[in-house]
Amino acid sequence: MIWLIVLPLVWASLAFILGPGRGKWLAIGGLALQTVLAFDLATKIGAGGTAVGHLVGGWGAPLGIDLAADGLSAAMLLLTQCIALPLAVYASAYYKRDDAAGSYFWPLAGFLIAGLNALFLSADLFNIYVTLELLGLAAVGLVAAGGGAQQVAAALRYLFATLVGSALYLLGVALIYGAYGTVSISVLTPLVTSEAPRLVWIAGGLMLIGLMLKTALWPFHFWLPPAHGGAPAPVSALLSALVVKASFYLILRLWIGPFAPLIAAAEWLAWLPAALGTLAIFWGSWQAIRAERLKMLIAYSTVAQLGYLFLIFPLLAGAGAIQAGVMQVFAHGLAKAAIFAAAGVLIKATGQDTIAGLAGAVNRVPLTLFTFGLAGMTLMGLPPSSGFLAKWQIIEAALAQGHWPLAVIVLAGGLLAAVYVFRVLRQAFLLAPRNEEATAVSPLLEWPAFVLAAASILLGLRGVELMQLVGIVA
Amino acid sequence: MSSGLLFACVGALLFAMGMAGVMLIAHLLRRILAFNVMGSGAFLILVGLTQRNDVPDPVPQAMVLTGIVVAVAATALALALVRRLHALTGQLELPADDT
Amino acid sequence: MTANEWLPLAVLASSLLPGLVIFALPEGWIALRTALNLFGAIAKLALVAVLLAGVSAGEEYGVRFAVLPGLDLAFKADALGLLFVSLSAVLWLFTTLYAIGYLEGAPHRSRFFGFFSLCVTATIGIAMAANLFTFFIFYELLTLSTFPLVVHRGTDKAMRGGTIYLAYTLIGGTALLTGIVWLHHLLGHTEFAHAGIAAALGPEYAGQLQIIFLLLIAGVGVKAAIVPLHGWLPQAMVAPAPVSALLHAVAVVKAGAFGIVRIVYEVYGIEFAQSLEVLLPLAVFAAVTIVWGSFRALFQDDLKKRLAFSTVSQVSYIVLGVALFGPLGTIGGLVHLVHQGIMKITLFFCAGNYAETLGIHKVSEMNGAGRRMPLTTLAFSIGALGMMGAPLTAGAISKAWLSDGAAAAGMDWAIWVLWTSSLLNAAYFLPILWRAWFRSAPAAWPEERIAARGRRETAWLLLLPPLVTAAMTLAAAMLAESPGSPLEWAKLIAEREYRQGVTLP
Repeated sequence: MIWLIVLPLVWASLAFILGPGRGKWLAIGGLALQTVLAFDLATKIGAGGTAVGHLVGGWGAPLGIDLAADGLSAAMLLLTQCIALPLAVYASAYYKRDDAAGSYFWPLAGFLIAGLNALFLSADLFNIYVTLELLGLAAVGLVAAGGGAQQVAAALRYLFATLVGSALYLLGVALIYGAYGTVSISVLTPLVTSEAPRLVWIAGGLMLIGLMLKTALWPFHFWLPPAHGGAPAPVSALLSALVVKASFYLILRLWIGPFAPLIAAAEWLAWLPAALGTLAIFWGSWQAIRAERLKMLIAYSTVAQLGYLFLIFPLLAGAGAIQAGVMQVFAHGLAKAAIFAAAGVLIKATGQDTIAGLAGAVNRVPLTLFTFGLAGMTLMGLPPSSGFLAKWQIIEAALAQGHWPLAVIVLAGGLLAAVYVFRVLRQAFLLAPRNEEATAVSPLLEWPAFVLAAASILLGLRGVELMQLVGIVA
Repeated sequence: MSSGLLFACVGALLFAMGMAGVMLIAHLLRRILAFNVMGSGAFLILVGLTQRNDVPDPVPQAMVLTGIVVAVAATALALALVRRLHALTGQLELPADDT
Repeated sequence: MTANEWLPLAVLASSLLPGLVIFALPEGWIALRTALNLFGAIAKLALVAVLLAGVSAGEEYGVRFAVLPGLDLAFKADALGLLFVSLSAVLWLFTTLYAIGYLEGAPHRSRFFGFFSLCVTATIGIAMAANLFTFFIFYELLTLSTFPLVVHRGTDKAMRGGTIYLAYTLIGGTALLTGIVWLHHLLGHTEFAHAGIAAALGPEYAGQLQIIFLLLIAGVGVKAAIVPLHGWLPQAMVAPAPVSALLHAVAVVKAGAFGIVRIVYEVYGIEFAQSLEVLLPLAVFAAVTIVWGSFRALFQDDLKKRLAFSTVSQVSYIVLGVALFGPLGTIGGLVHLVHQGIMKITLFFCAGNYAETLGIHKVSEMNGAGRRMPLTTLAFSIGALGMMGAPLTAGAISKAWLSDGAAAAGMDWAIWVLWTSSLLNAAYFLPILWRAWFRSAPAAWPEERIAARGRRETAWLLLLPPLVTAAMTLAAAMLAESPGSPLEWAKLIAEREYRQGVTLP
């Protein structure tokens, strides 16, 4: 378990020592090993049916660091490694040897993945703060790596957003510690159940707002499109697929963990994220429909897709809502990684980032277009795909609990997604205006993207194991 | 009002001031400073709230120390980015939203 | 895994796997691509033959996989499903042959045949789905895999047609999904079963079930092109001729009609649907569609558009047959599912031949085409007469059973609808035949691409498929009473769908 955190730190540091642009084989090897470890952990938890823990260095709380993994964290770990590995292959082909933009990709990506893995494994609120910061700083570094003024500005905007988010979160942690004298999640839950002073309500509010800011939930989404739309393709893919999911995971973890008693006391609270999520779906889709640049379209689609995740909060009282949320995390993670990677290929092949410039792309990079189409199916929630299963689960949970407006929102969101996905596909099928020179694209760029997209489809045909794993929540 | 609570109240005030600064100030250097004020506010609350019985608690001290390290790292990154932006555009403010 | 489990999967795989391989083939590997296509089509036919023999002997074929806890991807090859599977498999073979000839030398053939195979796979999946969930998966897959074929030519006009097609079908799909999840929520499953599953709910759910019925039928009604959901079909005619032939005469519209059959018989159950009072509105919509489609066809000068409106009208014969409460109407509707497919595909093949050989796209350009292309025009005439319900053609059989069904159900107005439509059919088909056979040819054809050589009026791969399907149109009528004919098979299905023993004349 600890190796999931140590390994990326090791290969990231080695890659840094090796110098700019080096270390891709270390990274790919390390990620392959991590993938095996994550699978191993997931099967162990799935077979045992209970959460597992680990005390770092044998110290234990309160001064030591506790690690814990239940089905939910194991699933997130699995997703992280499964997305990062193909993306690493992709990135190794994406960055040319002397590409300044790629100089520090490998160390930063390593720290990013270490931060993610540590976050999913952390068992106390303060440690989570540290991992959040590690994650945020590495992500900002990756966004800035493009080097242009626009990217640096986007990185700064992102940096301030993420810093304010984690500061709010830290303040919440401080208040919790002040109230209960502990930050261990498992210890806190019974304490909050027995007594919840007003301080805890404030703390909870601050933490949730901070995390929503980091998840780019509408109206805190302002930083996301420039950061995700402006970064190099492998970075956009990592950020959109994984980083925003980490803070969502935390919100979910807190919501069903320590703060569950608060929410039980005021059920209307759950409608707040759902309402913001709804606005995110409509606003994000609308902006994506209007976008002129391909990567901006995809970035706004992320804003919209994140909205679905927040629709599950009013449903958490009933069965199946967590499963629906995790399915959507998987669906969007895999599909968005694939679609950003595909966009990177399209941009390389056509030499421009506009949707109008895609005319005829289907004849030049058919595999990539196919990838785009498959990932688009997941985003639209059309079967067979994991996105469809996620939608099915949300709608069914919503109907089961009598919240049919949520079902309507999900269905309407799917149609809006179809509008922006087919905007791209339609353009690509148009006859090319003239016979342009097609830039040859490495298969190492096309195939990892395809693998991710295919995974997002295949998960839609077999989701039983994942759902059982997620059912094991500590 | 115990000294611990006083610290906490001042911390809250600093946090609020810092946050207002981060959100409202356009000048990037001052914004970074505002962020540091914000962080200090959070640390004060963390140390202050836990000292109500005048018995020092080592855990928040350790946390604050970690927090300071994180804040230093973040500040360094922010400064580096601002320098790069300055070198590229000659500006110390973020360009208007171009989305 | 037993043979009864993997056989349905093998039928799916026989078009899916060649399709996936074809995607990866370089454009120039024509021989391997053709071989794969034909191998898949013939293997599918062989497998379907095994299934047909098994089912008539009482075997049950089916397989299921859990997708989510409580949600299964399930297939079954029952009598009703096989009716559609056999139709698709047979016509796939001929359309593949036709497409190989039609697209000779055209660009992007790997892509075309890849998506083509995917479409067939989706159609087979629709036919063999054992629950609404599986049905929906393949139903949407069909939408998605048809889009690249509709926009295959990449022109602005093709894009417009494709966009309209998507808008209709995706919105329809959303309605369908809503209905399915709702039903799944009420029942806990959506398995198809003889005599339906919805009757298990108490009478207090009648209102909800009526709304769900509306959602489901609206969802599949888009593909079945029921007025007012038919607008996409004439627009989608921008696709290449083999696509129009197989997909818009057979796969897509039939998928919709087949969906209606499954929903009425195996989800609601015909008797329960009758008690919910949803059949009469369905019959009325079908009747309106029949007359409206024929009426609009009168005014189309574009040959393919005239055929498209004719399809709109004819597919609703099936719907009307389903909505007539009584086994005779059922048999009429089911048999028309097959007959209409054979006849309409003949017409589309011929329309493609005229366009490809002589550049004729409009009815007004058809003068004298019969003398230049007698065999094609002969096939076209047989198809057109069948559509009118002329004696000795398959169309006559369907219309006779439908009329009997309407009479037996006490819905005499439906007989009038059928007669009106037949008259309108004659009004828009006979002028074409008259022009083709009796008017003299113009000095020059609009764009003559394939020169006549002796008896061979066009490429033989283009000529053979319509001749075979035209022959099938005649055979289906003359051998209607012999075992293994579509009519006998439809009788078998009707016997199994009505709970009480059915006495057939």
